[in-house]
Amino acid sequence: MGWALSLLIEFIIMNTQTEESRPSRLHSVISNAADRLAGSVFILPTVLALLFLSLFPLIASLYVSLAKFDIAPGGFKLTFVGWDNYKKLLVGSEGTHFLGKFAPGTPLTWIVFGGVVIALAIFLARYLLNARVSIGGLIGRVLLALGSGALTWMLVHTLWNGGRLGTASVTLVYVFVGIFFQYILGLSLAMLTVQNLPGRRFFRVVFLLPMMITPVGVAYMFRMLTDTSKGPFTPIWQALGLVDFSWVNNAWGARTAILIADVWQWTPFMFIVLVAALESQSIEPLEAATVDGANSWQIFQHITWPAILPVSMTLILIRLIEAFKIVDLPNVMTNGGPGTATQSLTFHAYINWRALDIGASAAVAYMLLFLVTFFAMIFVNLIRQRTVETL
Amino acid sequence: MKSKNMLIKVWSMVIVFGVLITACGAPAAQPATATEAPAMTEAPAATEAPATEATGKMFDGVTIDILAYVGPQVAEPLQRRGPDFTALTGATVNIITVPNSEIYQKVLTDAVSGTNAYDGYLFAPSWIVDFAPAGLIEDLTPYVEKDAALEWDDVAPFFRDFNSYDGKIYSIPLDGDMHMVYYRIDSLAEAGLEPPKTWDDYLNVAKTLNGTDLNGDGEADYGSCISKAPAKQAYWWIWSIAAPYIQSQGNTQGAFFNTTDMTPLVNNDAFKRALEVYKETGLYGPPDETNQDVTDSRGLFLSGRCALTLDWGDIGPLAIAPDSKVIDKTGAISNPGSTEVLDWDTGKLVPCDATTCPYAIDGVNHAPFASFGGWAGAVNAAVDQKQKDAAYAFFSYMSQPAQSNKDVVVGKTGYNPFRISQFEDKQAWLDAGFSQAAADQYLSGIEESLNSPNMVADLRIPKNQKYMQVELDRILSEYIAGDLTTDETAQQIYDSWEAITEEEGRDAQLTFYKGTIGAK
Repeated sequence: MGWALSLLIEFIIMNTQTEESRPSRLHSVISNAADRLAGSVFILPTVLALLFLSLFPLIASLYVSLAKFDIAPGGFKLTFVGWDNYKKLLVGSEGTHFLGKFAPGTPLTWIVFGGVVIALAIFLARYLLNARVSIGGLIGRVLLALGSGALTWMLVHTLWNGGRLGTASVTLVYVFVGIFFQYILGLSLAMLTVQNLPGRRFFRVVFLLPMMITPVGVAYMFRMLTDTSKGPFTPIWQALGLVDFSWVNNAWGARTAILIADVWQWTPFMFIVLVAALESQSIEPLEAATVDGANSWQIFQHITWPAILPVSMTLILIRLIEAFKIVDLPNVMTNGGPGTATQSLTFHAYINWRALDIGASAAVAYMLLFLVTFFAMIFVNLIRQRTVETL
Repeated sequence: MKSKNMLIKVWSMVIVFGVLITACGAPAAQPATATEAPAMTEAPAATEAPATEATGKMFDGVTIDILAYVGPQVAEPLQRRGPDFTALTGATVNIITVPNSEIYQKVLTDAVSGTNAYDGYLFAPSWIVDFAPAGLIEDLTPYVEKDAALEWDDVAPFFRDFNSYDGKIYSIPLDGDMHMVYYRIDSLAEAGLEPPKTWDDYLNVAKTLNGTDLNGDGEADYGSCISKAPAKQAYWWIWSIAAPYIQSQGNTQGAFFNTTDMTPLVNNDAFKRALEVYKETGLYGPPDETNQDVTDSRGLFLSGRCALTLDWGDIGPLAIAPDSKVIDKTGAISNPGSTEVLDWDTGKLVPCDATTCPYAIDGVNHAPFASFGGWAGAVNAAVDQKQKDAAYAFFSYMSQPAQSNKDVVVGKTGYNPFRISQFEDKQAWLDAGFSQAAADQYLSGIEESLNSPNMVADLRIPKNQKYMQVELDRILSEYIAGDLTTDETAQQIYDSWEAITEEEGRDAQLTFYKGTIGAK
C-alpha cells in the first residue's frame, strides 16, 4: 500500500507545480510506473475476490479436517486434534469403510501387483535414463509411482478372495468404468448421427434428453426400473423368472445398476461434444483417403481419431473431475447399500457431515481432493505428452 | 494528451484502491449469537382466549417456520391444522420438511451457525441432551406451567419424562412411540399358529407362512416384513429384538451400556443372537428388503402381503383405513421376548428363572422398546420472544387433547397415543372405525409396553445420534449385506461405540446414561 500512497503524493505535488517547474524526469517515472502497475492494480479486486472465494474455503476446510467439531453453549467450538481424523480414515475405526476390507493375497493378487510394480519401475528407469531429467520431474514421477502402487495394492486386496471395496475404491469403479462406457457409447452415437441418415436431427435431440434431467429424477427413475416387484419392468422380470431377485441384494448388482444410470445420464455429454468434433473435421483428407481406397476403419484410425483426440482428452478430463463427486445416484437408488457397497467418497463425507462430524467429513473431502488431483495431473501430463508427440 | 492519459490511469488506480480499502474497512454486520438468549417474557399459551377481531389476534403478523419430517405422515397434521391455528391466533405457520436422517444436522447447523431459519423443530426428544446444554432450545417449563389447556398431567409419565432434561421440559410431545409386532389374525389361525411370544416363535411363524398366499391374489407372500435399508430405521429394529435378551432386571438395569464402566452391551451372546434373528427375518421377507424402509414394509403389510411385521403404533389405525386389505385381520402385541437372557458377568445367555428374569411372564422375559420416543416440538432459543411464544403456542395447540385425541386415531397422521385420556376413552377409536376388540387389543398392547417394569427407553446420552444413526446403522447394514460375520459385527459396534465414548469422556457419558435410566 505504501508505494501507492507515495505515488499519489508525488502526483499531487507534481500537479501543484507550474508547467515549467515540473521535472520531466518525475513525469516520466510516474508515467512508467502507472503503465507498469495499471494492469496489476485493475485486476487486483478480481484476484482478491477469487482468493477469498476459493483459497480461503480451502484453507478453512483444511483446518476443519484437523479439528473436532462440538456443540458448545452459544454455538460451537473447534478443537485442534492434529491428524486424528486422517488416522481414523487410514488406520482407525473408519479404515474398512474408507479403504475396504483387505483380504489375504492370492497368487493372482501377487501377479497383478507384481506386474504393476515392474511397469512402474520401467517407467521410472526410462525417465532416469532420459537426458532431460529434472528434480521436479523426478519427484512428480516418484509420487506418481508410489500413488499408483498404493492404489493397486488397495484394489488387488479388496476386489476378490473375500475382500470388500471401501468408498475410495467404489468411487474409482464409478469413475473409470462409467467414463469408459460413456465415451464408447457417446462416440458410437456421434459417429452414427454424423452419417447422412434419415431422422438424425431428431435423434440428436433425443440422445441429449438424459443430460437435461436432474440426477435425483434419474435416480428415482432407475430405482423404479430396477425394482423387480413393483417397477414397470415387473412383467419382464417375471417372464425371466427373476421374481425373487433384487439388484440391490448384491454389491456388484447394485453398483452395476448405479453405473447403468450414470452411463445413461452422462453419455449425451460425450455424444454432443464428439458430434461437434466430428463435424468440425476438414473434409479434404477424408475425401482424399476415400479416393485412395482407404476403408472406413482406416479412415477412422488414421484421420478421424487423431483429429478428435485432443477434444476427447479434454472431454474425459472434465468428466473425470465431475465423476469423482458422484453422490445423488447411490443416495437415492440404494442409500449406499447393500451395506456400504455403493457409497462413494462424497457420500461418505455426506454421512459424516449429517452426523455433524464435520472434521471427519472434511478429512474425507480432502482425501477426495488428493485423488482427483492425482488422476487429473496424470491425465494432464498425458495430454501434454500426446500434444508434443503430435507436434 | 499523454499527460491526460497518465492522469486517468493514476486516478483510476486511486479509485480502485479507495474502493478496496473502503470494502475492507467497512464494519461487519454483527451476527446474532446463539448465546444471547432473549429475556424471558410471559409466555402466552394457546389457552388464552384469542382477542376479538376488533383488538386483533394474539399473534397477528407473526410468521413461524417449523422444521419437520418430510412424511407424508407426521407433517400432515401440522400442515392441516396450520390454517386453523392461524384463524385462532393470527400466526402464519410454515412447515418446512426434510428427510428423517437430515433433521438432526439441519437443527444443529441452523442453531449453531446463528442462521435461525426455524422458530421450532419437530424432532426426536432423545436429542434434547445435545441441544439443551448448549442453550439451543428453549426451556419450556414456564410456558407449560401457565398453559392449562395443554393438560400436561394427562401426558403419560414416560413421555413427560422423555421430553425433559435435568428436571426441565424442553419439548412438547405430539406423538408416543412404542414398537409392537403386528400379525395376521386370519393367516395364523388358519395355520394353527399362536401369536409369537418369543423371537424364536416369530421366526417359526414367519418361516411357516412365508411363500403362502396371504391376500388371495394367487401369488406367494412373505412371512415377515421388517425393513433393512441403510440410513433408515434398522438401528431401532435391532434394539427391539436385542432388548429382551439383554435387559431382565427392570428398566434401571440398562440395555445399551454396562452401568458400571460404560462398556457397550453388544459384544456378547445376547446381542449376537439378536443380530442372527434380525438377519434371519430377511429370509422370510421380500427380496429387496435390504433396500426397503418402514414405509415399504408398512405398505406391504397393509396390502396383505406380510404375515408379521415390526412397527410403531401406526399400523393400528392404518389397518382400518378404507384402502387397507387387512381390516379386522390385524392383531397387535407387545414385542416378543426371550426365554434366555444375558448373564452380564460372563456374556453368555442363561435360561430364565425367578432370579434371572424376575419380570418374566410365563417364563418369557419381555423388554418392550420405546423406540424414538415420539415426535415432539421444541422451540429455538435464539429467535425473538414473539416467535418463541407463537411456536410454543402452535406445538401446545397440536398437543392439546382437543386436537391430539383426534389425530392419534387417524393412521395417516403418523401420531400414536401418548396421553392417558387417549388410552382411557375408547370412544374416539370406535368412532374412527376400530372394532371394540381391535381397539382393546391395540391399546392394551401399547399400555402393556408402557407399564412394563422392564421397558427399555431409547438412548438419550450426548451424541446418541452418532452411536445409533451413524455407527450402529452403518455396521448393521454391512452385516445384513453379508460383508461382516456376527462376531465381526458385534466387535465393530463395540469398538466404534467405545471410540465415541472415549471422545466424549467416559465418566460424563456414564453419568448421563445412568441419569436417563434412573440407575444408582
